[in-house]
Amino acid sequence: MFDTLADRFDGIFKRLRSRGKLTPTDVDEVAREIRLALLEADVNVKVVKSFVARIKERATGAEVAESLSPAQQVIKIVHEEMVATLGGATGKLHVAPKPPAVIVLAGLQGSGKTTAAAKLARVLEHDQGKRVLLVAADLQRPAAVEQLRVLGEKIGVPVFSEPTDPVAVARAGVREAERLGRTTVIIDTAGRLQIDDDLMGELGDIHDAVQPHDTLLVVDAMTGQEAVAVAERFAETVPLTGIVLTKLDGDARGGAALSVKEVTGLPILFAGVGEKVEDFEQFHPDRMASRILGMGDVMTLIEKAEAVFDQDEALKIQERMAKGQFTLEDFLDQMRQMKKMGPLSGIVGMLPGMPKELRQAEIDDAELGRVEAIICAMTPEERRDPTVINGSRRLRIAQGSGTSTQQVNAMLKQFKMVQQMMRSMTKAAKGKKGKRGRARMEVPPGFPLT
Amino acid sequence: MRTRIRERRLDDDTWDDLEETLLLADVGMPTTTRLLDALRSRAAADAVADGDALADMLGEVIVAQLEVGADRALALEAGRTNVWMLIGVNGAGKTTTAAKLATRALADGRSVLFAASDTFRAAAADQLAHWASVLGVDVIRGADGADPGAVAFDAVQAARARGIDLVLVDTAGRLHTKVNLMEELKKVRRVIERTPDVLREVLLVLDATTGQNGLEQARQFTEAMGVTGVVLTKLDGSAKGGVVLAIEAELGVPVKLVGVGESADDLVPFDLTEFATALVG
Repeated sequence: MFDTLADRFDGIFKRLRSRGKLTPTDVDEVAREIRLALLEADVNVKVVKSFVARIKERATGAEVAESLSPAQQVIKIVHEEMVATLGGATGKLHVAPKPPAVIVLAGLQGSGKTTAAAKLARVLEHDQGKRVLLVAADLQRPAAVEQLRVLGEKIGVPVFSEPTDPVAVARAGVREAERLGRTTVIIDTAGRLQIDDDLMGELGDIHDAVQPHDTLLVVDAMTGQEAVAVAERFAETVPLTGIVLTKLDGDARGGAALSVKEVTGLPILFAGVGEKVEDFEQFHPDRMASRILGMGDVMTLIEKAEAVFDQDEALKIQERMAKGQFTLEDFLDQMRQMKKMGPLSGIVGMLPGMPKELRQAEIDDAELGRVEAIICAMTPEERRDPTVINGSRRLRIAQGSGTSTQQVNAMLKQFKMVQQMMRSMTKAAKGKKGKRGRARMEVPPGFPLT
Repeated sequence: MRTRIRERRLDDDTWDDLEETLLLADVGMPTTTRLLDALRSRAAADAVADGDALADMLGEVIVAQLEVGADRALALEAGRTNVWMLIGVNGAGKTTTAAKLATRALADGRSVLFAASDTFRAAAADQLAHWASVLGVDVIRGADGADPGAVAFDAVQAARARGIDLVLVDTAGRLHTKVNLMEELKKVRRVIERTPDVLREVLLVLDATTGQNGLEQARQFTEAMGVTGVVLTKLDGSAKGGVVLAIEAELGVPVKLVGVGESADDLVPFDLTEFATALVG
């Protein structure tokens, strides 16, 4: 079983935290662990070398700031270096002086170009008010044009193609956008191997024909060492302006992002995070670095949480929690709020300090639905005080929710645990000023784990 | 890399270079360490003095560690219905592999039927249907979003009625971390198994550019689906696909075929010796 980058750093830093001073041996040990962790994360060997060398140099010679412990200092250095490597600031698409803005997507076969094209079109059209034309210039893969047409229809964006050749389609696509008054053209190209000179030449021809404002390389987050060779060769062929990272919703460590960023210096603009057309996000280098370092994607989570959590409601629940009056009704409310944040499996990955077991536990979102059904099948009285639930009530609840009495029992037991957890949590949070909000974020109530 | 290692005398740098070679081939640290440890003891025993011999020996070590008991043949019996399922993450090359497998089977004189059980990705069935018409075989398909299990079931029934040898079930790509989608895949398998003794292969299609996540993919798909073999695709690039060494060693799932090009006949049996030689460089 391989450890995640976050787990490894967690491990090292826990050790470091427990020591007073950072010796050169410590620095060496950290460097070795970081190297192993990065390699496991599929960061390219050469990128690892330079990254680790930078860490070692900075950590060994570092003056430890007065306010920090030596261990904190190292964490800071690793984090800073990771952010710097991943890009520092958030990148943006170029603005065309005269519309339409032309965007070309390129990459290996199966990296997710067609899906990314549709997702990008949706973001630009719906969130940024652009009027997009999708151009299907992948005439290689059977039914690729049809795939884009179906996706275009789904998001309400017109799709252009013609059975000529990729360069001609791209050129005609831009003309068509001008004719229709579309402000942005997204050209989906065929997947190609970076060592295929003919197809790479064709990509160069497409570029010359349409003079795109942005040429984006689409990279699969699961890519291994090859990411560097791919990025280098594509960058040599056409002037790339950015990266789109796909399939980030899996459990790949995404070391390819670090590799590609380091060798091309290009900003990673977007990240594909799911099967649906809406599952497409702006890429945040700082957040990615935090996530890699085991600090969790706290920013994203907080933003998501803020967007859906009803502040008043949360406050009310918190007060009841503090008084030890947290009931099944509150539990249901919280669960529904959580559900608004998206699939639980995604949220857990974003939480800082989540133990590996939990991150790897199969979080079944269907289980949430089951719990909801069980609570809904209870009377208000039962929800407020589950101790009144006896055998016949249990049977009624099970029948009413389409579950079994065992499942009802398991759920009640789980709730009791959550209740206890909350009590100890609110106790711990008391006395620490301003920590209450955080306590709520750190242990979201009721993870229905299977 | 080859010349660098081979032309030098043995020293610490040689070992570092070997390690880097394996890591760059996506072999991964644990397997690399294991291989190099085995190589060290053999090299010491045989008093190997130069990089050339060492590189050759590394190839042998890889072969020796993996060839034990791996049955790389595909189960296909004439005169009965054989069903092969193709599974894997998005973009691994399942549909293209289905076309290539059909080409091989047809060349061997077998009859083939496609089951377009990828009812999720837009136009996936069209992609398979294109290959079906090129190869002159039939394809069973449902409406977009139809139940993939029902499509597979219909295909198996059709194959039995028509006396077709091989049913290739193309499934939708899915990340191994998606519980619901993995459940859906298990259901397709269960539906196929309603007809006893027809499911002969569950092939995991794996992109050769995949890094260490490939092991996790293989682990999850094997646990859920009982993978019988790996098809390593896109090996015609410069990626080496070294992660399959860990997959074979840790999960005991053999690589059966490799995809080496764009055309329908570019699918060849996996040759461990050749693969090891290419890895070592």
